[in-house]
Amino acid sequence: MSDAPGASAALDVAGVSHRFGARAALSDVSIRVERGRFMALLGPNGAGKTTLFSVITRLYASQDGRVSIFGHGLDREPSRALARLGVVFQARTLDTDLTVEQNLLYHASLHGIGRKAAKARIAVLLARVGLSDRRDDKVRTLSGGQSRRIEIARSLVHEPKLLLLDEPTVGLDLESRADIVAIVRALVREEGLSVLWATHIFEEIDGADDAVVLHKGRIVARGTANSIAQGDESLEAAFRRLVAEPPRQAA
Amino acid sequence: MTKTVATTPSTAAASIEKPVPHLGRLDAIGYLICLGGIVRRELLRFFNQKERFFSALVRPLVWLFIFAAGFRNTLGVSIEPPYQTYVLYEVYVVPGLAVMIQLFNGMQSSLSMVYDREVGSMKVLLTSPYPRWLLLLAKLIAGVTVSVVQAYAFLAIAWFWDLDIPAIGYVAALPAFIASGLMLGAIGLLLSSMVKQLENFASVMNFVIFPMFFASSALYPLWRIRESSETLYMICMANPFSHAVQLVRFALYGQFEPIACAVVVGTTIAFFTLAVIAYDPGRGIMARRGGPAGDTA
Ligand SMILES: Nc1ncnc2c1ncn2[C@@H]1O[C@H](COP(=O)(O)OP(=O)(O)O)[C@@H](O)[C@H]1O
Ligand SMILES: [Mg+2]
Repeated sequence: MSDAPGASAALDVAGVSHRFGARAALSDVSIRVERGRFMALLGPNGAGKTTLFSVITRLYASQDGRVSIFGHGLDREPSRALARLGVVFQARTLDTDLTVEQNLLYHASLHGIGRKAAKARIAVLLARVGLSDRRDDKVRTLSGGQSRRIEIARSLVHEPKLLLLDEPTVGLDLESRADIVAIVRALVREEGLSVLWATHIFEEIDGADDAVVLHKGRIVARGTANSIAQGDESLEAAFRRLVAEPPRQAA
Repeated sequence: MTKTVATTPSTAAASIEKPVPHLGRLDAIGYLICLGGIVRRELLRFFNQKERFFSALVRPLVWLFIFAAGFRNTLGVSIEPPYQTYVLYEVYVVPGLAVMIQLFNGMQSSLSMVYDREVGSMKVLLTSPYPRWLLLLAKLIAGVTVSVVQAYAFLAIAWFWDLDIPAIGYVAALPAFIASGLMLGAIGLLLSSMVKQLENFASVMNFVIFPMFFASSALYPLWRIRESSETLYMICMANPFSHAVQLVRFALYGQFEPIACAVVVGTTIAFFTLAVIAYDPGRGIMARRGGPAGDTA
C-alpha cells in the first residue's frame, strides 16, 4: 500500500522479483503509475517486460514484493484488482475463428457483464478504434493493425481505469503504429485512463511522459523521458547508454 | 512480507478511499454470466469444427459395425447384471463405446486447453477477476455439454442395431453420462496442466486413452477377464473408466450402480481439485509452461 495520504496510485509495483529457475528475470522492481498518466516501460528484448506484465496480471504469483491496482493488493483482493485492469498482451490472443463481436462478448462475460450492456459498450469501443464496420467479420480476415485495435477495444470492455500494453505496435507498419499510439493517447487525455506501455521504440514516447528503463530485470533509470536524457542527449542515446552498462539499480 | 490478516478487503487507506468504478459485476449473477460466456465460446468453437463432431461419431460406429459382424457368436453369451438374458456382443459393447466418445472428448478439451495456452487465449481467460475454480468449472461444463450431445447422437444411430434399451433407460442415462463426462473432463483438465506442449499429446493417446479404454469393462465383461488374468482384472477394477462404463450401462437399463457412482463422483472431485491446484498462480503452471514462450521475441 502506498504511504501517500491522497488517492492510491493506479498501479503500484513494490519490490517485485521473479526467477525462472536459477535465472532472475526481475530483481526488486518498483514502478508507480499515477492516475491519468502515460508511463513508458522501456527495455530491450529480454529485459523482463513481459514477465513483469505476467506478474501484474497474476499469471505468475509474484515471488517477492507486492502489486496493487488502485489500492487493491493482488494478493489479498485479486478480483477487485483484476476488475480494474485492462491488458493487451504481446502475443495475439483473439480467437481467429470467431467474429469480432463474439470475441468482445466473450471478454465481457469474463468480467460478468450481461449481453445487453456489453453490446452497447462494444459499439462505442468499435467506433473509438475505427472498426465499427468489422463487427461481424471473423478475426482472421483482419490485418495485424486491425486486430491490435480490436484487442485494445477488448481490453477496455469492462471500463478499466488502468491499461497495460505489452509492445502493442511491434510488427506493424508505420501507419498502424501511429494509429494505435494516437488511440491510446486520446484515451489518456479524454478519459483519464492510466497507461503502462512497454516498448523498445522511442518514437512512441513524448518528452513529458513518465518513463522507466528496465534492463536485465532491473530498473536502471526513471523520471520523465526528458529527464532521463542527460544534457542535449536524445532519449535514444540515453537508452543505448543505459543498456550498454551493466545494470545498476536506479534510486 | 504480506501477512494474510483476514480475507476481508483492504487496509485503512483503501476503505477511506472511494473504490474506482468498473463496469463488470463480481456478484453471483456475474459468476453465472461468466460461466455462460465460457460455455458459449466453447460451443461456438465446437460448431465451427463440424468434422470434429462427425469423426467423433464415426469411430465408435465403425467399431460397432465390426464387432456386430465379426464377434457375434464368439462373445455372444453372458448373463450378468444389468442384463437379464443372453445378450449379443454388440449390445454389450454399446455403453462402452458411448463412454469412449466421452473419453475422446475429454482428451480433446484437454488438448484445446494446451492449445489455448500456446496461443495465449488462456491468458485472457485467467485475467478474469473470477476465481480460477470457476473458470475451470466452466471449461469442464462446456466439454461435458458437447460430450453428452455426442453420446446421444451415437445412441440414436446405434438404435438401428436393435439394442433393446428401454425408453426409460435413455432418460436414466442422462445423469450417468453427465457424471462420466465430468469425470473424464476433470482427468483431461489435470492432464492439460501436466502436458508441456501440444506435440506431447501423442503420448497421452498411447499412455492414457488406449490403456483406459482397453483395460476396462468397455469391451469385455470383467468376469471374463478374471478367467484369464487376475492381475488384469484388478487393473480393470481400479480403472475409473470401467466404473463410468458400468454406471452408464446400468442406467441404460434403468438401474443404479452405487459403487460405480461413488467411484465416478470421487474421481471427479479428486481430479478437479488437483487441476484447480495446478492452475493456481502460486504453483506456477503458467510460469513454468506456456508462459511467455512465443512472446519472447
Ligand atoms: N517461461 C520462461 N521460462 C524461462 N525463462 C523465461 C520464461 N519467460 C521469460 N524468460 C526469460 O526471462 C527473461 C525476460 O523475458 P521477457 O520478460 O519475455 O522479456 P521482454 O518481454 O522484455 O522481452 C529472458 O531472459 C527470458 O529468456
Ligand atoms: Mg516481451
